[in-house]
Amino acid sequence: MAYIPVKRPKFSILDRIYVVELVRGLGITLKHLVLSLLGKSRSKKDFNGAGIGACMPFPEQRWDDHLPSYYRGAPALVRGEDGRERCVSCQLCEFICPARAIRVVPGSVAPGSSCSKQEKAPAEFEIDMLRCIYCGMCQEVCPEQAIFLSQQYLITPTDRKQAVRNKEQLYRLGGIRKGLIHKWNQFK
Amino acid sequence: MSSQQEQLPKDAAAAEGKVNVQINGKWYRFPKGTRIADACNSVGIHVPCFCYHPKLSVAGSCRMCLVEQGMPPRLAPGATPTYNDDGYQTIQWMPRAVVACANTVAENMGIRTDGTVCREARRAVLEFLLTNHPLDCPICDQAGECKLQEYTADYGQPSHRFTEAKIKKGKNISIGPRVNLDQERCVLCRRCVRFMKEIVGEEILGVVGRGGHNAIACFPGKTLDSNYSMNVVDICPVGAMTSKDFRFKMRVWFLKSTPTIDTNCGTGTNIFIWSREQQIYRITPRQNDAVNSCWMPDNHRLNYKYINSEKRILTPLVKTDVGAPQRPGAWEPTLRAVSEQLRRCNPKQTAIIVSARLTNEELYLAGNLAQLLGISQLDIVPRSGEPDGMLICADRNPNTTGAKLILDKDGRTLDDIRLGIKNGKIRHLIVIGEDVTAEAAIPESHLSKLDYLLVIDHSETATTRAADVVLPGVTFAEKYGTMVNITGRLQRLNKAIEPLGASRADWDILRSLLQGSGGDMSLLTARAQSPMEILDEIAAQFPAFKGVSWAAVGNSGIPITETGETIPLIEREQTKQ
Repeated sequence: MAYIPVKRPKFSILDRIYVVELVRGLGITLKHLVLSLLGKSRSKKDFNGAGIGACMPFPEQRWDDHLPSYYRGAPALVRGEDGRERCVSCQLCEFICPARAIRVVPGSVAPGSSCSKQEKAPAEFEIDMLRCIYCGMCQEVCPEQAIFLSQQYLITPTDRKQAVRNKEQLYRLGGIRKGLIHKWNQFK
Repeated sequence: MSSQQEQLPKDAAAAEGKVNVQINGKWYRFPKGTRIADACNSVGIHVPCFCYHPKLSVAGSCRMCLVEQGMPPRLAPGATPTYNDDGYQTIQWMPRAVVACANTVAENMGIRTDGTVCREARRAVLEFLLTNHPLDCPICDQAGECKLQEYTADYGQPSHRFTEAKIKKGKNISIGPRVNLDQERCVLCRRCVRFMKEIVGEEILGVVGRGGHNAIACFPGKTLDSNYSMNVVDICPVGAMTSKDFRFKMRVWFLKSTPTIDTNCGTGTNIFIWSREQQIYRITPRQNDAVNSCWMPDNHRLNYKYINSEKRILTPLVKTDVGAPQRPGAWEPTLRAVSEQLRRCNPKQTAIIVSARLTNEELYLAGNLAQLLGISQLDIVPRSGEPDGMLICADRNPNTTGAKLILDKDGRTLDDIRLGIKNGKIRHLIVIGEDVTAEAAIPESHLSKLDYLLVIDHSETATTRAADVVLPGVTFAEKYGTMVNITGRLQRLNKAIEPLGASRADWDILRSLLQGSGGDMSLLTARAQSPMEILDEIAAQFPAFKGVSWAAVGNSGIPITETGETIPLIEREQTKQ
C-alpha cells in the first residue's frame, strides 16, 4: 500500500474561535426557515415540491426524476439487443453474493433456438430483495454483462415470498441493454 | 572428496534398488524406473500434466510437463568420476527441457521444475493450446476443476497474441448415451482414447483430422456406450468430455465432496459424493489401488437418484388398527410402542430379516437385538448378478462378508423364514433395510397374514406398504459406518448429507429399540453415541476386527480377512506393472 500524505489546512485564529462559524451555520438555518415560510425553499426548485423545507417530502414526491446517474438500486437481468438472454447461469453472482441473496437454477437452451451456441441459460433466477445489500458485486463479477444494478429504489414487499424476485420479474426490470456481444454468435 | 571407506550415496541407493535424484536442489531417492513426473509428485513438487495419467500408457503429447534435466558429465576414456564433498558428481544441465512423463529417473540426475526454462516452456505450450480454445468457461461444466484453467492461472500469460480466426469444431456432440463431446475445448491429450483402448479394451474413440483440425471422434458406426464410459469424463483434464447426467446441474465450486464407498456391489468402489445443501449432484470414483484403481462403472455412478427422490419416507408411519391406513407418527411414542410390542412377541414366532446393505455396526446391533429378544431366526437376503469381469462382482450386496463375520449368516436360512411365514409359524417379522417382496421372494399376500410387521427402510416399497410400523432409516450417503468388501477389506462410509426430514440413521434406530426393549444400559452398545464407538466394541469382540478402530480404517480401508476373492480389474493392473 502506498502512503499518500494529506495536507491539512492551517487554521487561522478566527477558525479556531469557532463561535464565528457557529453563527454562520445558524444563519443558514435561519435562511432556510425564512425561505420555507415564503415557499421558496430548495425543495421547490430541486424536487418540484411545495417549497416547504429543504428535504424531499417523500412519498408524496418521488426520487424518480431526481436520481443521480450513478445511483445503483435493485439488481436486474438484461437481454441483448437481439433479444438473447445474456445470462448463461454460470452462477458466479450466486457465488460472490456476500448476502447470499441470489439463487440460480441452471438450465439448457433449446437446441433449435437462435442462440443455441450459448447452450446454457438460467431455468430460474431468484434474488431475495430482503437479503440484497445492493453492493453490486454481482454486476462486477458477471462475465457476460448480464446483471446490472437498476435505478429502482422503492422496494416494498408485503411478505417474504413477495420479496423474492423471479427470472421473469428480473428481466422485466432490466429490459434491453444496448451493445451487441458477439461471443455466442454462431458464426463466430 | 569423502574418504573412500565411506559408502558413496550411489552405492547406498543401488543396494536398495534406488537412484539418487536432485529435484530443485534437494537430493531424494527413488526406485529405479520411476517416471520423473511421479518422482516429483511423490515429494510434493507438482508437475503440470494434461496427457499423463499414472494408470494409462505414456503419450508425451501435451508437452506441459517439461522440466529441466541434467546428468553427470560423460567421462573421457580411462577417466574416473570425481565426487564432491557430499559424494555426488556435478550435474551438467541440458540446454533444453524434457518431458517428465516419458523419462525415467537415473543415478545422479538433476531436475529443475521452477526455472525460467520450464516456466517459459509451459507458458508457450499454454499459448498454443489456447489459440483455438473457445474460452467458454461460463457454460463449461469443467470450470473450477479444469486443468487448463488452473495451469493458465499458474503459468499462462494474461493476454492473447493470436488475432486470426479460431478454428471451429463440433460442440455439444452426443457420442454416447451418457457422455457429451466438445471438440473445441479438447487439448488432444488422448487420455480418453487410451482409457477406452487399454482399460476397457474397446477401440471406440480416436483422433481424426490434421493439424489444427485434429479432433477426438468415435470410429464410424460406434458409440461410447460402454458401462465405463463416464470415466473418460473424470480423466478429461478439460471440459471436452462432459457427463450428460451432471450437465448444467451445478457448478463444482458449490459442491462438497465426501470420501465414502459405493454400496451397489461387493467390490465397495471408493467414491466421492458431491453434494450441496442436502442434495446429491454426482458421484465420482476415488483412487484406491487395492479396490478400484481410478475407475467406477456408470450404472453404479448414476444410482444415486433414489437418495433425494419423492419415494423417501421422512416420518415414522404407524398403522393404528388392523386394516387402517398408515399414519405419520412422532418418533418417541412410536419407538415406545414398537419396543412394547417387541417385548410381547413370542420369540419362537418372530424372525428378523436384515440387509447385507447395512453397515457392520448396524448388523451388530441387529444381532444384539435378536439376542436380547431371544429370536433365533435371523438372516440376510443374498443378492447376486452377473459379474462384468472388471469392477462389478457377482455379489450385489456391499457387506456380505461383514454379515458373515458378525452375524455368521449368509442367507442359507432365508428359505426357512420364507416357509415359516407361508405356513403361519412366523407371526412377527422385523425387516431392516430390505424390500422382502423382491430378492427374498416373500409375496405381499404372505406379508399381510403376519400379526406384526416392523420395517426399517429409507424408501417406500411393497414391504413398507404392508408394514404395521415403518421407521424411516437412511441411505448410505446419510450415515457413518463400516463395511467389508468381497476381498475382505474393511472400509468406511462417511456421511455426505444429514438424514433427510425426520429420518434417523439405522444404527440410531436400532440402538433406541435395544434401549426400549430392556437392553442393559450398562452395555456400551446401548449407550454408544456413534458408529465409531460401536466399532470399538466390535473390535473387542470379534477376532477378525481385532485392533480395528475408526481412525485405523482411514479413507482407504484395511484388509481384515481372507476371502479368496479378487477384483479382476485390479488383478490385471497388478500383472501389467
